[in-house]
Amino acid sequence: MRGIGVRENGNMSMTITEKILSRHTDLDEVHPGMLINARVDIALGNDITAPIAIDVFRKSGGKEVFDREKIVLVPDHFAPNKDIESAEQCKIMRDFAREHEITHYFEVGEAGVEHALLPEKGIVLPGDLVVGADSHTCTYGALGAFATGVGSTDLAAAMLTGELWFKVPETMKFVYHGKRRPWVSGKDLILHTIGRIGVDGALYRAMEFTGEAIRELTMADRFTMANMAVEAGGKNGIFIPDEVTEAYVRERAGRKYEFYSSDPDALYHSVIDIDVEKIEPQVAFPHLPSNARGISEAGDVRIDQSIIGSCTNGRIEDLRVAASVLKGRHAAHGFRLIIIPATPAVYRQAMHEGLFDVFLDAGAVISLPTCGPCLGGYMGILAKGERSVATTNRNFVGRMGHPGSEVYLAGPAVAAATAVAGRLAGPEQL
Amino acid sequence: MKFGGRIWKFGDNIDTDAIIPARYLNTWDPQALAAHCMEDADPLFMKKMRPGDILIGGENFGCGSSREHAPIAIKAAGIAGVVAKSFARIFYRNSFNMGLPIFESRELWGLVEDGAEIEIDAGGGVIRIIGGATEPLHIQPVPPFMQELIADGGLMNHIAKGKAK
Repeated sequence: MRGIGVRENGNMSMTITEKILSRHTDLDEVHPGMLINARVDIALGNDITAPIAIDVFRKSGGKEVFDREKIVLVPDHFAPNKDIESAEQCKIMRDFAREHEITHYFEVGEAGVEHALLPEKGIVLPGDLVVGADSHTCTYGALGAFATGVGSTDLAAAMLTGELWFKVPETMKFVYHGKRRPWVSGKDLILHTIGRIGVDGALYRAMEFTGEAIRELTMADRFTMANMAVEAGGKNGIFIPDEVTEAYVRERAGRKYEFYSSDPDALYHSVIDIDVEKIEPQVAFPHLPSNARGISEAGDVRIDQSIIGSCTNGRIEDLRVAASVLKGRHAAHGFRLIIIPATPAVYRQAMHEGLFDVFLDAGAVISLPTCGPCLGGYMGILAKGERSVATTNRNFVGRMGHPGSEVYLAGPAVAAATAVAGRLAGPEQL
Repeated sequence: MKFGGRIWKFGDNIDTDAIIPARYLNTWDPQALAAHCMEDADPLFMKKMRPGDILIGGENFGCGSSREHAPIAIKAAGIAGVVAKSFARIFYRNSFNMGLPIFESRELWGLVEDGAEIEIDAGGGVIRIIGGATEPLHIQPVPPFMQELIADGGLMNHIAKGKAK
């Protein structure tokens, strides 16, 4: 390990992001702007990105992976295989996993949406340094880990050497004050935040989420927020682990983990205060996640479809919220309501709790765990001119189908209420 | 490295779904991806462009997904390089890792329109607008480590060279 940059003198204090990065080098401290080589605890790929990484790995003469227990391969994007080409891509990953006896390869049936699956299985833990060839790898920051998305070539390098270069990011601190209003979730907080700073408001930087409103959030809400750090351009989103984190990881962890926190006098790029009491359920209009506004200001927008699922909002807590809105109600005539539990465990739990009955009574279809429609893959693609509300994370042009279609981002409460109303609506407007 | 070309100008926040829509990611064959390069930003782009042309972007070029298919599609389409006001970080990393020349200039975007010709002198750190009255524009300098990556021919070659030492 070596520091490639110039070390600044002075303040020895560090943010949680800086601490985790430094502990993965042989350096006592790191500071924003330094280029470092750091050891990687977990390297992740999926059926879209891993095939390229495997190709690069082989062409670079790679024979052995650095550690077969630290590589995770999940077919989730176009799996179960949606067409012949997708089947070929999944096969490349499966064959590689067998050849290298990768511990954490998840076949269809065990697999789910990767960023819901890895924390659930205890594969990523507090204090870890995680890289994934998927931009929403930043989700694991909810655990108090440094986690960031990289490309396939970076994944190939990590699989080969167990190390990767990083530029230590500056940190923006977000302090959430006050109590949440009814139906306001982590999704609403993060959409509001992105709306405030813009889709490049945290470009290259760490986003540290703190404040009394954050401490009250469930792990599911924290995953949702960290998940969307990349939608503000952030390198990582991160939470200071606490008793909520401990309760989540204690029974899942199969190895040691470490809680880090930011020093009181750590240096930040900026500190942004957010009054949570003023935030109502949000909806982000096409075609940027930053086009967020309160549901009461949404106007009369007719919607054709609702997707409830994804690495952002496909956890059991999200499905419970959706079910609480949908109980005793039915989706509007001609409306398509698609529920996608993110993992097999979420699927089973939802079934045991009777949520499937609520969904089916509401006229929903329940999909197998997959990323599917979020990125325009399958299982709910939009035709020209159609509109979907979705609990996913991106509403770019063509994201969920035809370039002339539209995606409105929201939390599960708004996505469920919209299904009932047939137009953009929150639970309190039903 | 010095090269010139005709430019195509795009706005802020050109995301990777615009560069190569996810619906085409069931392959990573460079030519198959190139056929749809920039499709959702400009459906006629591949009909209009010629190999050697240069893309100009505003803020946050390449935001969104980590897909390396985006720089692969741009490279395979024959685009010689990308100049933007700023780049999203994963796209930035991917481009260096794969050897797609990208440059940051805050000024260029406001001084050129589609069809203009520019010359990029990477070594000299400047961009010239051919036939333009303005002085050469300075490119945002690249950290020495990133220059090493380019000189070594991308990340994997850089690692191989390090091991050979």
